[in-house]
Amino acid sequence: MGPVEHTLPNDAPVTRIAPHRGWFDLRIRDLWMYRDLLYFLTWRDVKVRYKQTALGAVWAVLQPFLMMVVFSVFFKRMLHVPSDGFPYPIFAYVALLPWTVFAQSVSQASKSLVAGSNLVKKVYFPRLFMPLGSVLAMLVDFFLGGLVYVGLMLYYHIIPHWTALLLPAFLLLAFCTALGVSLWLSALNVQYRDVQHTVPFLIQIWLFMTPVIYPTSLLGRYKFLMALNPMTGVVEGFRWGLLGAGRAPGAIIFVSVASSLIILVTGLLYFRHMESTFADTI
Amino acid sequence: MGHYAVTAENIGKRYRLGEREPYKTLRDTIMRAAGAPFRALRSRAHRSGPDTFWALKDISFEVVPGEVVGFVGRNGAGKSTLLKVLSRITDPTTGHAEIRGRVGSLLEVGTGFHPELTGRENIFLNGAILGMRKQEIQKKFDEIVAFSEIERFLDTPVKRYSSGMYVRLAFAVAAHLEPEILLVDEVLSVGDAAFQKKCFGKMGEVAGEGRTVFFVSHNMAAVQYLCTRGFLIDQGQVVATGTPKETVEKYLRLISAQDLHATRDLAALPRPSNKQAVFSDGMLNGQPLVGNHVVSPGDDLAFELEIDLKESRPRSVLGITLEDDLGIGVIGLNSRLQQGRRDFAPGRHRIGSRLANLPLVPGRYYLSLFFGSSGERMDILDRIASIDVVKTDVYGTGEMPGRGQGYYLADAEWTFEEAGKR
Repeated sequence: MGPVEHTLPNDAPVTRIAPHRGWFDLRIRDLWMYRDLLYFLTWRDVKVRYKQTALGAVWAVLQPFLMMVVFSVFFKRMLHVPSDGFPYPIFAYVALLPWTVFAQSVSQASKSLVAGSNLVKKVYFPRLFMPLGSVLAMLVDFFLGGLVYVGLMLYYHIIPHWTALLLPAFLLLAFCTALGVSLWLSALNVQYRDVQHTVPFLIQIWLFMTPVIYPTSLLGRYKFLMALNPMTGVVEGFRWGLLGAGRAPGAIIFVSVASSLIILVTGLLYFRHMESTFADTI
Repeated sequence: MGHYAVTAENIGKRYRLGEREPYKTLRDTIMRAAGAPFRALRSRAHRSGPDTFWALKDISFEVVPGEVVGFVGRNGAGKSTLLKVLSRITDPTTGHAEIRGRVGSLLEVGTGFHPELTGRENIFLNGAILGMRKQEIQKKFDEIVAFSEIERFLDTPVKRYSSGMYVRLAFAVAAHLEPEILLVDEVLSVGDAAFQKKCFGKMGEVAGEGRTVFFVSHNMAAVQYLCTRGFLIDQGQVVATGTPKETVEKYLRLISAQDLHATRDLAALPRPSNKQAVFSDGMLNGQPLVGNHVVSPGDDLAFELEIDLKESRPRSVLGITLEDDLGIGVIGLNSRLQQGRRDFAPGRHRIGSRLANLPLVPGRYYLSLFFGSSGERMDILDRIASIDVVKTDVYGTGEMPGRGQGYYLADAEWTFEEAGKR
């Protein structure tokens, strides 16, 4: 019984399988073919995050809000940290808004591959979507957190500045940074589970390295060194954008964007390079 | 070579032995780096032991559209690794392959199901994971639901599903994936018999539509029934190819040749890669279970088995099966049939089973064990013992039954009368 001859449509996609070589093959076409999966993975992360919690999505708002309250009590009341002439709560909240999203994205996304190790071992799809989906899912929290900001503005009678129109650009900077860091950490975590234990610690240190609690003006001439931490640029941008605080943070942003791009591009290359070994090492 | 669906040339996959460990810690790497000079010295001293092994070596083949290719081989022979390479889960170390058409791989049922999401939500998520577009899933949604028979529970989180429902839903999604090339690994060993039958039907349908299927299984009957060509893989290489029947015969000869040196230690035996060891000890008629046994028709088979459970196993069943040299099932004992399903607490349990009055015709039979819990097969030990039923004078006539009489000893009364002289 010989096999029946069937013809394939000429446009049938051809998949080539060969040993992985080189560092610069990002396989963009593949990402495009699987784009619906990115949507579903993000959607899954959003849906599942607050399942079986009593407060549900309220957590997204509660986290930055409570941090703001704690910071206001300790750093303003007890330590008298300056806040560039703005009420400290709103000064802190404006920074906490992007910070919380960054911190949550990184802690979720760095675990994403290992948490989904079953998927990695049993199906093919661009693994990039796992950390990317986790980071995208956190954007929903950002918008919920933004509602609290509107409330604070009304409470303190602060009128939005025109610079608020530039916020999407600073959000994009925060997103790129979170993604870049997550790509590095999630890929490293596949091989070294130490990463899992390091991340909470790393995020805490990072918080103190970022002018969330204190204003950049406190840094003086170390400002540009601190701007190597892209989150400095993000926080600076958010303060300027939402409060109109100080002068436009030109050079700081420039340094932060450059450093964020370096993290993102190297993260992307490292991730794509290691991707083919994930199933063997995870 | 435009008309091939899949071509593979010299595919090889090398693993470093370290990679088989569950994971590395940074400390290990640092320690290894620190110890490197000494290790270099040591490895020069012991050149015989390289710490790599080839899971696949020089695999080459060409498959045309519409073929259903069955891969058979022992546990750990490399079948699953080959499917992983072809589905791009892992890269080959050498060689290359080309696949024309959309690839769907089904190495496990229900990969990516999220327990907190509802059945409806999981259909979409799982479909997307398997490579379906959103529109495609929407279009086939009703069909998937109908196939899975879970309409009433569509909006219930799947963590509340019984394992049977879970498997049905998962297979339903996978079955409606319509790739030109389908890679399937042993997934049909889940679910109850009725559902398995339905799955086989679906597989046959897929093949009938001219799509190419790669099928890995230990179920020899399924390979012979579904496939148009067979590959026998051993130690990472294709050692034989031909019709499914030829390949299955070669496989069975291969595993019969493996010396089953007598042992009662079942924990140490090889398992299919996705199974865990449950069986720990076994005896048959007072002899170690693994190995060859010689019995006569009408003898009893008394099994004493021990299982070792790390967690509690609710609704469990034990099975003992006998098949002939062609892999055709002859006797299947299942504890569910006589005792119902049982809940087992963690720890070790001794189980006795007695098959009285063995009704088999003389010949060689192979024994397999399985342990299932909540509808899932946890442990499988394939053909770990052979039983030679020797020719004896069963009927006291000096005439001995053999294969010509089929499998079962049947006792018949004959009457002969003269009904008229000529």
